[in-house]
Amino acid sequence: MEYELKFSRYNEHSILIEWPAIMDENMLKDILNFKNIIEKKYIKQKVEVINAFNSILVIYNYTIDNINDEIFRLKALKFTEDDLVDSKSKLWKIPVCYDDEFGMDLNEFSKQKQLSETEVIELHSTAIYTIFFIGFLPGFLYLGGLDKKLHLDRKSTPNLDVKKGAVGIGGNQTGIYPQNSPGGWHIIGNTPVDFFNPKTNPPCVFNAGDQLKFYPISKSEFLDLEQDVKHGCFQLKPLQNA
Amino acid sequence: MLKVLQPGFYSTLQDYGRFGYRDYGVPVSGVMDSYSAQFANALLGNTKDAALIEMTMVGGKFQFLEPTTIVVSGAFMNPKLNDMPIEQHKLMHIHSNDVLHFAQVEQGFRTYLAIKGGFKSDVLLGSRSQYNPVTSNNTIHKGELVPYQSFSSLHGSNSKVKFDDSILKSNTLDVFKGPEFDRLSEKQKQQIENGEFKVSKNNNRMAYQLEPMVENDLEPILSAPVLPGTVQLTPNGNLIVLTRDCQTTGGYPRVLQLMESAINMLAQKTTGNTLKFRLKE
Repeated sequence: MEYELKFSRYNEHSILIEWPAIMDENMLKDILNFKNIIEKKYIKQKVEVINAFNSILVIYNYTIDNINDEIFRLKALKFTEDDLVDSKSKLWKIPVCYDDEFGMDLNEFSKQKQLSETEVIELHSTAIYTIFFIGFLPGFLYLGGLDKKLHLDRKSTPNLDVKKGAVGIGGNQTGIYPQNSPGGWHIIGNTPVDFFNPKTNPPCVFNAGDQLKFYPISKSEFLDLEQDVKHGCFQLKPLQNA
Repeated sequence: MLKVLQPGFYSTLQDYGRFGYRDYGVPVSGVMDSYSAQFANALLGNTKDAALIEMTMVGGKFQFLEPTTIVVSGAFMNPKLNDMPIEQHKLMHIHSNDVLHFAQVEQGFRTYLAIKGGFKSDVLLGSRSQYNPVTSNNTIHKGELVPYQSFSSLHGSNSKVKFDDSILKSNTLDVFKGPEFDRLSEKQKQQIENGEFKVSKNNNRMAYQLEPMVENDLEPILSAPVLPGTVQLTPNGNLIVLTRDCQTTGGYPRVLQLMESAINMLAQKTTGNTLKFRLKE
């Protein structure tokens, strides 16, 4: 697909590339392909490339002398088939316990949406989500694909202490808090899985472009898994998407 | 080893930053004022990524268990070695069991204690910069031992290079237009370009909030990349300047972007200090 791109200086050592302001999975593929080719062709310059819903920031480890020349170089990058990101993205299955003990806002959420708790869990755990990027906190995934029936504005007053592993809904997004943190989302469950481990490299197994699905587990399964994770006996394994 | 007798108000171990992990949502961290930190490391002949101690507002008290050479740079916190005042921005030779003591800041906000060869704490994701949850602590603690390699002073170098203290005195921040600058109304642009702002009490290694508010009706944006020095305008009109521990992406309009020199200058400001922006084309 072809999109109108905007290139601009961000600061002395970085250039921002922007796509139209929409959240779209096809556009994400285009963004990730572009990110991939920049990383490949600029390997000697050691650039760092971060992406979000509709943009890429290319961060050089030196001051850019002539911004227009550099933008021209980026615009001139040519793709070949080999440069495309593998379209067979990974599918991660994430266990979530929706028990009241963890999903403290599930009851209120279901009332506001006029759905039963079972319907909320069903809608939340049947969708396949796309990981657009990781930001906000180390290991926090920005997921696209939340069912419209579950869209609900975030709380007017944020919780000061959302627990690590909390699964929440805010606006048109769902996500997992990788650490204890303040947050304004409606918490409907919790996962025992670790989303960020600074002692492993990379510190996070997920990548932009991967897919993710939640599956419900009971409280006793949660507690068992929690022990396994604690003792390092649980490892997430991705399924290869067809 | 360096023994932390008193950590001070907010002292952290920092190097030049944690690069290459922003894709996983990991902030860059690193020294808030890279000018002062690099000045000290350069004087010691260290590489620019050598780790040093960054002290904020009130300095600490430290005992050196082995001989070495140090430089104190940045804000002025009345440093005293074994109760004798010492000069900043100059090499100081240290003997075993010497005690270095800092007080309340008198000018600027952050002081650096650099050491020959850099502090040798554990490296996590390519950096020694303290940032929880990457490192287990956010700050250094009382009683903690911070490792360094001992160096007996070989030659009594007295080298002194001029430290540019305009970083502590000036209050004009050089900025580029941010990606959403052009969405501002003329009135808002005037307010930002010609106005004077004060650092609010909400200022830390993640962000500085400014006062007064700027009347705002801009829509939020789809979450997009941000860097230290990005100035965001929130829906209720807060100007927020992101600093070294900031998140990697954000959803508020990015109206300005501080140049590196301006981030360093801001790092030396505290609650109530006055600031102006100077737009660079």
